Amino acid sequence: MRPKHRRLYFVLFGMAALGIATALVLSAFRDGLVFFYSPTDLVERPAEPGQRLRLGGLVEEGSVSRDGATVNFVITDLNQTVAVSFTGILPDLFREGQGVVTEGMMQSDGRFVASDVLAKHDENYLPKEVADALKASGNWREGAVDSTENAPQ
Amino acid sequence: MANLHRFANPNRFLRFSRVILPWLAGITALLFIVGLYYALFASPADYQQGETVRIMYVHVPAAWISMFGYSVMAGASATALIWRHPLADITARAAAPIGAGFTLITLATGSLWGKPMWGTWWVWDARLTSVLILFFLYLGHIALSRAFDDPTRGAKAAAVLALVGFVNVPIIKFSVDWWNVLHQPASVSRLAAPAIDPSMLRPLLIMALAFTFYFLTLLLLQIRAELTHRKVRALQLAQASAQ
Repeated sequence: MRPKHRRLYFVLFGMAALGIATALVLSAFRDGLVFFYSPTDLVERPAEPGQRLRLGGLVEEGSVSRDGATVNFVITDLNQTVAVSFTGILPDLFREGQGVVTEGMMQSDGRFVASDVLAKHDENYLPKEVADALKASGNWREGAVDSTENAPQ
Repeated sequence: MANLHRFANPNRFLRFSRVILPWLAGITALLFIVGLYYALFASPADYQQGETVRIMYVHVPAAWISMFGYSVMAGASATALIWRHPLADITARAAAPIGAGFTLITLATGSLWGKPMWGTWWVWDARLTSVLILFFLYLGHIALSRAFDDPTRGAKAAAVLALVGFVNVPIIKFSVDWWNVLHQPASVSRLAAPAIDPSMLRPLLIMALAFTFYFLTLLLLQIRAELTHRKVRALQLAQASAQ
């Protein structure tokens, strides 16, 4: 039964080599595979004005203000913040404390002008009554806090 | 008639599958009736997403089965390459179009869910892109394994493709943890308790079971069709050489 064993080891070795190679490639491209940058990323490595990029984080509580069709708000990762302005229709889930991903350009004055705003949903699913009851009893753990644990450092 | 002996074992499979297929189909139908009733009527709307959350009861099971189907296909391909089991090649070949179908359902329902919730049909984040790659791997496997008139000739190349493409499965699973993506992280398979309320987890798990039985039913049917096809072909070849 030698050929059978040879084929078994060949497949196992091949899969292991392929797995290691893929892991190396993915870790090398780690930054390139990021879908959005956090405010902290932008402070550490400032983007050039005019460079298109995506910025993601939480909409800071109390920061949303409307000026005609333009919405101004602040994106935070609870560490750094970036002021954003956007003109257009916001997705249904957009609200204060909600995770969002915006696409646009950094201006020279440090403002981020977004051309697209996407809402990021968290992994929590609850009936409305349960969410209301949790809030009423003071046991509410903001879903948004959960998603910042997974946010980039 | 020389190569008919290879079907000795598959013949046993044909008899066995004929007995359990009606049961599998019946359980599938029952689970779908109960699961869809819970998913569409007897479960609450989400506190944030409202009624849109019901897309989850199709999208998530379809996504699980699209990865499970690929794992079945890769496992069968490894068995075919190493142990040369006659049923393994046929199983891999049968699983590919079914898995591709479930992946298409995943992509379509995900897109329909993404538009109202995220505000976009599609983004090129790591989760969505890796699932699209899974779909192309299925299509590649279908094309490669059916590229030759003699079904056994394409099988080896297709098996290698299935094994190489298997690296994509853990990438899909963990893409939401490894990179920041638009897609939310896992709700059910995590170390802490599931982040889904029991009233919504129940319909999800029933639907997942329904999808699993549906997949198994389709897989058995497809393997039987493939076995019958090869039998006919072998008989035709035998007849032709006898003349």
